[in-house]
Amino acid sequence: MVSGTGRRVFGGLVHALVLMAFSVLLAFPFYWMLITIFKRTNDLYNLQNNPFKFNEKPTLEHLQLLFHDTLYLRWVANTAFVGAIVVLITLVLAVPAAYALARLTGRWGERLGIAIFLTYLVPPTLLFIPLSRLVAILGLQDSLWSLIVVYPSFTVPFSIWLLMGFFKSIPRELEDAAMVDGLTRFGAFVKLVVPISVSGILTVVIFSFTLVTQEFVYALTFISSEAHQMVGVGVPIFLVRGDVYYWGSLMAACLITSLPIALLYNLFLDRFIAGFTVGAVK
Amino acid sequence: MAIVETRKLTKVFKQGQPGAVNHVDLETREGEFLVFLGPSGSGKTTLLRMIAGLETPTSGEILIGGNVVNHLPPRERRIAMVFQSYALYPHLTVYQNIVFPLKAQKVKKELHKQKVEWASALLGIGRLLDRKPRELSGGERQRVALARAIVREPSVFLLDEPLSNLDAKLRASAREELEQFQKRVGTTTIYVTHDQVEAMAMGDRVVVLNQGTVRQIGTPQEVYDQPADTFVATFLGSPPMNLLETDDLIVGFRPERFLPSGLVAGSGSTDEIASRMKTEHLLLADVGKRVPLRFRVEYIEYLGAERILYGALEGGRFPGKAVASRIPSGVTERYEANSVHDFIVPESELKFFDRASEKRVAPKAIPWQ
Repeated sequence: MVSGTGRRVFGGLVHALVLMAFSVLLAFPFYWMLITIFKRTNDLYNLQNNPFKFNEKPTLEHLQLLFHDTLYLRWVANTAFVGAIVVLITLVLAVPAAYALARLTGRWGERLGIAIFLTYLVPPTLLFIPLSRLVAILGLQDSLWSLIVVYPSFTVPFSIWLLMGFFKSIPRELEDAAMVDGLTRFGAFVKLVVPISVSGILTVVIFSFTLVTQEFVYALTFISSEAHQMVGVGVPIFLVRGDVYYWGSLMAACLITSLPIALLYNLFLDRFIAGFTVGAVK
Repeated sequence: MAIVETRKLTKVFKQGQPGAVNHVDLETREGEFLVFLGPSGSGKTTLLRMIAGLETPTSGEILIGGNVVNHLPPRERRIAMVFQSYALYPHLTVYQNIVFPLKAQKVKKELHKQKVEWASALLGIGRLLDRKPRELSGGERQRVALARAIVREPSVFLLDEPLSNLDAKLRASAREELEQFQKRVGTTTIYVTHDQVEAMAMGDRVVVLNQGTVRQIGTPQEVYDQPADTFVATFLGSPPMNLLETDDLIVGFRPERFLPSGLVAGSGSTDEIASRMKTEHLLLADVGKRVPLRFRVEYIEYLGAERILYGALEGGRFPGKAVASRIPSGVTERYEANSVHDFIVPESELKFFDRASEKRVAPKAIPWQ
């Protein structure tokens, strides 16, 4: 009895310690960004100072620089705009394609699915040269639309592949039942398959959006003017001048951009995991 | 209510390979409970799915209520189907599941609540309407699937092994319930199963299928007592019919008709027989001519209500042929492995099949020595 209680206390302790270690590890970047935003430049560069706390009074000068002297908000808006449209295009193309590949075409469907996934593996660093030619032919240089046209080339294949797994896990009998119950195949798809696959579709939305915010090579090569930058390119270009790093403003840009996505992930964490582990059980 | 008819119905999945369903002709009767019985791969589910409109026939016709429905999608065939997995919509509540076909068929909204209540009351699931399918037990799920099937009052019910996901005890009660339910609503029902007990217990008639062809259609009694061929003879009954091959014939007899000679009327004085049995009725009344066989018992299965003896014939015309015998528990006689006994089969119980075609033929006299 005593040893049992002892073991339980010990187990609880280990549990708490492990959790604490991971929390510290994961929260540290956010703490580092936050404290850097409000530190005075002298404080940041003085090697004698304790880097983990404020050695001088906090300041808002870095935030002022970010919001007044750069087009940061414009870049965020550009990114949100491109992200939203790319997500939309991805859903419109990937959901029906994945369903068709999962259900209607048998053995060749699977091979085609793998082939489509392989295109996702071709790196943008190889593709940006021929694609920049295409962008020029389309007359989309220095326009956000160039990115909207190019980004689905990697969000769509990945999403198709992800959703195929999802649709395959839905028993065919469910659709048969819906068709006997009075729906067409398309009706069964809209009223049954889509609602059941909500977590997969949500995963596609979050994942495509994250890919868009992270992408660097295309955004760097296709966009030139300051007003048209995506946040991931605009921030390093305009806040790193020569060998001068505007650390406080850089950290502010990073924190403000990453927080919404981090919150979104947390909010849908369970469904997100379901999206990636589908087919693992059962 | 309607009659379902198939004419030369055939389904070939892969060109050049034998069809899953071959030239099936059958016709249900009004309000009948018709069972498709066969081993797995016999084409019974494919046949059902063609009637439902979920598979396209390669050739042949399907008629429901006298109209050819080949070109109609499932939703226009006025059928309802219950699937092996029940196929309940996992994201909807029980109420939403049951109302689903009404919405899909654009039944007037005012009628929805009333019809769902009628269907759920009929199956005793009124208190489950707010639950999700994953919160239900197997038996409850099966009832919800049935409620969803009857709610739109279809002209034909199609049931695809609806009891096979239930445990043995629940299956027996669900079987009885389902049967009574069908009698009450009186809708023509086609029921697919591989379980001969289900088929015998529930079917008004049984269609025995093998390799995509109909082997026999008849009442449970007909398919059991007058099997059309050796497949039907051995598929029904447990253990299956004993078969003995001669030059051009196959002779069969059921294990429950292969009995110790001492326990059959006419083989001793009535008193003697009665004294050897606990229950005081004879296994077989005076059966007329009988065929004596020597039976070496090899092992014994004790099943409570009966014992099953497995072994082989000794001497005679069929030495070494494996046969089985079912002895009811009333018989107290002891049997041990490797003992030899005198058994008999009443001649009237012998079935004869042609050896080449395996079809049943008229009884013939054959030499037993």
